[in-house]
Amino acid sequence: MSNKKNTVFLIVQDNEDARPIIEAVEQDNPEVNIQYQPGMVRMERAGRLTVNRETVEELMGRDWDVQELHLNLVSLTGNVNEDDDKFELSWH
Amino acid sequence: MAVVAKDGYVDIVRDRIENFHGNQLVFVGWDDHLLFSAAQAFPLPPEMPFQALISDAMASVFKDHPDFKKIDWSTVQWVVDGEKFKPKMDKSLRENGVGHKSLIRFKTPGLKGINGTRL
Amino acid sequence: MAAKRLNLRKRYELLTRGMGWETTYQKMDDVFPYDTFEGIKITDWDKWEDPFRLTMDAYWKFQAEKERKLYAVIDSFAQNNGQTNLADASYLSAIKLFITGVTPIEYAAHRGFAHLGRHFRGDGARIACQMQAIDELRHQQTQVHTISHYNKHFDGLHDPFHQFDRVWYLSVPKAFSEDALSAGPFEFITSISFAFEYVLTNLLFVPFMSGAAYNGDMATVTFGFSAQSDESRHMTLGLEIIKFMLEQHEDNLPIVQRWMDKHFWRAYRLLALVATMQDYMLTNSPMSWKEAWDVYFVENGGALFEDLSRYGLRMPKYHELATAEADHISHQVWSVFCSLGNATGFHTFLPTEEKMAWLSEKYPDTFDKYYRPRFEYWAKQQAEGTFEFQKGLPLICQVCQVPMVFTEVQTDPMQISYRVTEHGGDKYHFCSDGCKDIFEHEPEKYVQAWLPVHQIYQGNCGGATIPEVLEWYKFTPEDVGNYIGSRDHARWQEWKGDAAVDKTGSDV
Repeated sequence: MSNKKNTVFLIVQDNEDARPIIEAVEQDNPEVNIQYQPGMVRMERAGRLTVNRETVEELMGRDWDVQELHLNLVSLTGNVNEDDDKFELSWH
Repeated sequence: MAVVAKDGYVDIVRDRIENFHGNQLVFVGWDDHLLFSAAQAFPLPPEMPFQALISDAMASVFKDHPDFKKIDWSTVQWVVDGEKFKPKMDKSLRENGVGHKSLIRFKTPGLKGINGTRL
Repeated sequence: MAAKRLNLRKRYELLTRGMGWETTYQKMDDVFPYDTFEGIKITDWDKWEDPFRLTMDAYWKFQAEKERKLYAVIDSFAQNNGQTNLADASYLSAIKLFITGVTPIEYAAHRGFAHLGRHFRGDGARIACQMQAIDELRHQQTQVHTISHYNKHFDGLHDPFHQFDRVWYLSVPKAFSEDALSAGPFEFITSISFAFEYVLTNLLFVPFMSGAAYNGDMATVTFGFSAQSDESRHMTLGLEIIKFMLEQHEDNLPIVQRWMDKHFWRAYRLLALVATMQDYMLTNSPMSWKEAWDVYFVENGGALFEDLSRYGLRMPKYHELATAEADHISHQVWSVFCSLGNATGFHTFLPTEEKMAWLSEKYPDTFDKYYRPRFEYWAKQQAEGTFEFQKGLPLICQVCQVPMVFTEVQTDPMQISYRVTEHGGDKYHFCSDGCKDIFEHEPEKYVQAWLPVHQIYQGNCGGATIPEVLEWYKFTPEDVGNYIGSRDHARWQEWKGDAAVDKTGSDV
């Protein structure tokens, strides 16, 4: 059975604002598959993908509100779980 | 099954035959000739003789295909509304069982499109 | 010591959920008269979860930031004559189809969500719908703003809203949106937020936006990405409403499944126009329709429905047929547009040898066998000067309103699919079992369909001749017909001078 069946993905714009977010995802999500497409970056993983505020802040060099993700979001798939510290996508 | 509605539902039949000023809609599809992407729609008087359906309506669209002038009309296979039939050329559409929004499909044996490609 | 900031969850609760109340002066059912008649049973609206927990202050802040960035790009594009960087002016047929066929449904969605933003009993759901209503209006506006720059330089972009209500191929998106708008609130949101904006969203976005990126259309890329950031909230709303309905009461499952089947099929049929745009209108195509379908429906859709299967929801009916049709629909729709190119508001053109080589590669089982021959035949006629646009008007499907060009792809791809039913003594024709099922479930709705071909024959479209109908559509002579030889083409040749290279085949 293809394990593509429970893949979640997060796609963000390919710009400077989103770069620390992409790097944070790479750092915190083992085996995440990152694909660069025209104008956007697709981050794909089996089961669960998490954006951690603290990691983004370290990489960005300033305080960051998880909701700022709205400015760069392109698309996503999976159940959304968001709070002050993280943005997470998962399938059950 | 009916529309689930809050306070009753009004249905208006937008394509009643009365709306076509004495005409009825007739659809004609030439099987195995997909250069014509879809069946063709014609507004025609129900009393029009079947022969005129061929010589006027159908010809106006289908004559652009090189197969059209080669058709031997005595060998054509006709289906109207899913039933095989042999049209009586001098009788009207109505008398031939071609009613409002009837679909006619015709096959021309031996003529299957450009170089037999069904186009 | 600084006061502790409220966390996201608490802020959201106070500014959204805390705003609702049980009315006592009037009955709740009278205050909210629309949200029970569909038979959807909600026992506890407080169980509604809004994953994004966006409050209005955050909404305005983020949306304002997006607008500032977007309009700066639109200004810059205009000032720098960005339109001269397109791969080819023929690419703009995609944008003409977009402004006439997609932008008006953004406006329709705005109206629909405004209604829901008032009429859902749950305050969390109302807030999410209110935000979406503003988002959709924003999309319509930003699209008009962006594309208005192209309107200064190219034909076919001048009267999108007038044309949406009248033109034969635009009745496809119009009928789709009006089906949802005239349904109840739960069906509307299942149709738009779930079927269209979750299950199938990437099949609209990727072709147009990646298409724009690959063809030098920075303006469209920018508004596309700007809108997409809103779409992620919309998708999440769509998934949330489905889960909410299915968790609230087991009686909701069969209703939701039926809506899912219906609106998946309707949206899929609408996307046939996007499929043809993706494979044929783009000078440089990033990905074929079939590839996009495999990734964004077969793979992604698979994961989604796997997750929802725990509620008893299954994949939409006829999804296997949709997958089988992925090899065919773009070619079939382009064929009918090329045949009727004297009556389209965008220019049509035959594929070049290079494009046909790409199509052969992307469609190894079908392009050379079923579709290349017809394009080559028309190209030959063009070269000989014998090509003519088709006389006559096509039979269109009563439900999806696409000309009945679809074929029995699973058994005989050169056999047109004909389906028929009788109701009230009249016959009704359909392109597929999917459309026929929709009609037979609610015939009183679809007998009212305003079918462009039938309306022309009723004399309601400006006259009995094609020129009169085109005038009624507000198509100018410069809007229609072949790309090569058009005013857009002449203008492009002039700008490009010696660098001009025709990127389309022949002059159909």
